[in-house]
Amino acid sequence: MAYSNKVIDHYEHPRNVGSLDKGDASVGTGIVGAPACGDVMKLQIKVENGVITDAKFKTYGCGSAIASSSLVTEWVKGMSVDQAMQIKNSQIAEELSLPPVKIHCSVLAEDAIKAAIRDFQQKQGAAAGPAGDSDH
Amino acid sequence: MTQQAAKRPIYLDYAATCPVDPRVLEAMLPYFSDRYGNAASRTHVFGWQAEEAVEAARREIATTLNADPKEITFTSGATESNNLAIKGVVEYLAESGKKHLVTAVTEHKAVLDTCKHLERHGCEVTYLPVGVDGRVTPEQVAAALRPDTALVSLMFANNETGVINPVTEIGAVCRAAGVLFHTDAVQAFGKVPVDVEAMHIDLASLSAHKLYGPKGVGALYIRRRKPRVRIAPQIHGGGHERGTRSGTLNVPGIVGFGYAAKLAREELAGESAHVLELREHLRRRLVTEIPHAIVNGSLEHRLPGTLNISFAYVEGESLLMGLKDIAVSSGSACTSASLEPSYVLRAMGLDDELAHSSLRITIGRFTTREELDFVADLIAREVARLRDMSPLWEMVQEGIDLRTIEWTPH
Repeated sequence: MAYSNKVIDHYEHPRNVGSLDKGDASVGTGIVGAPACGDVMKLQIKVENGVITDAKFKTYGCGSAIASSSLVTEWVKGMSVDQAMQIKNSQIAEELSLPPVKIHCSVLAEDAIKAAIRDFQQKQGAAAGPAGDSDH
Repeated sequence: MTQQAAKRPIYLDYAATCPVDPRVLEAMLPYFSDRYGNAASRTHVFGWQAEEAVEAARREIATTLNADPKEITFTSGATESNNLAIKGVVEYLAESGKKHLVTAVTEHKAVLDTCKHLERHGCEVTYLPVGVDGRVTPEQVAAALRPDTALVSLMFANNETGVINPVTEIGAVCRAAGVLFHTDAVQAFGKVPVDVEAMHIDLASLSAHKLYGPKGVGALYIRRRKPRVRIAPQIHGGGHERGTRSGTLNVPGIVGFGYAAKLAREELAGESAHVLELREHLRRRLVTEIPHAIVNGSLEHRLPGTLNISFAYVEGESLLMGLKDIAVSSGSACTSASLEPSYVLRAMGLDDELAHSSLRITIGRFTTREELDFVADLIAREVARLRDMSPLWEMVQEGIDLRTIEWTPH
């Protein structure tokens, strides 16, 4: 299969590989996929004042899966949480020129960012629970 | 430096196909534009020359199998040979009421899909499972036989793993029960001894391009005595190949096949020892230098040139992408359109994750040690790079058992 130049670039020079402290209240972690399916993505965001200030990923999967997650970490930095929530898999697929058999990689990346945001929001909800209501 | 000594791209996919040996090509060339006759032309010298060349090739292939030349039928390749053997036997025996087949889940698709086709036409098929070593046992075969079993079809050596079945023992079980035994010997022929007498083989599928011959030509060995095997032809026409397979013979291809078989026979002992030494050098380097590198299937019962190895926590296609200019294949789902990982590895009980992480590396006549050292260095480097990027590797480093996690399959 021929890969697009953008997929190859992200595969050879992945952006934002790594991990953030998942115990940090300002960090949201999303892990999606399954080893049995051949791809697992872990995507993490750090949110400060409603803005995503950092993003990291680790991906087990094919080159297109690595590229999709790498691309999403680039995109979400500087976005508000609401903006990041609007990212569609079709945008990822289009940017990377993914062939039809690789569309699921972009779906997974969209799922990963949404899972990370949900995790962050749950943490905030918990922090804003019974004991933490004086913060705002 | 070894890296400069190895010329790229490096071909390590000999189980997929082989380059034509230059000696084979040279033997073939006159049959394109000098001796271009139709082997079926009985009335002139062009036809006689072609027929003579075909018969010489038939003798070489028969000798390599310890068979009689009359027992060799030329085909377009092993897929056709497998179809002809299985459908041909079933059709011929249909009137006798024999409509049961025995095969295994790890067979090549040319056998499995033929069996599935016959199931839709009233046959019953037993698909034997394999052990973790990838082999079928003679006891399994014996237990699967029924009074109405028409044929047992089990491969000599597997194309993905190189694992060799206990063919002699399986052949003996079939012979004792009076059931015909077909073997897809494509990967084995020319790599390890294949003796149809000693191994009680009744039908064997062969292909030229797996032993340094040309593509588009193969053969089916069909036993003529003790027992005489009869099959119904599947391609009808001019009655070529004693009526078993009609169609003008591919004379240059057959000449190449014959010469390739002759070379393989004459050089088998030395070549298989050399190829095995190279493979073992690569295997030892990979398993000692890369943690969690696991060889799939029996190491003892295996073709000399084939290595199937999983690098846990690294997905196979992404690894292939990192092995630029290296031609190998992977059991990863992503290398097929189906999104399913290798059915062969899964049948051996491998976790899907390890099946996704597998590479098939096949070494052949023209492989050098320098190439393998270059490849071992590159694999070690890429596996390390991809593991740094792998969430599974991170979890394992943190002591998490991946099987305890609830994944979200998509």
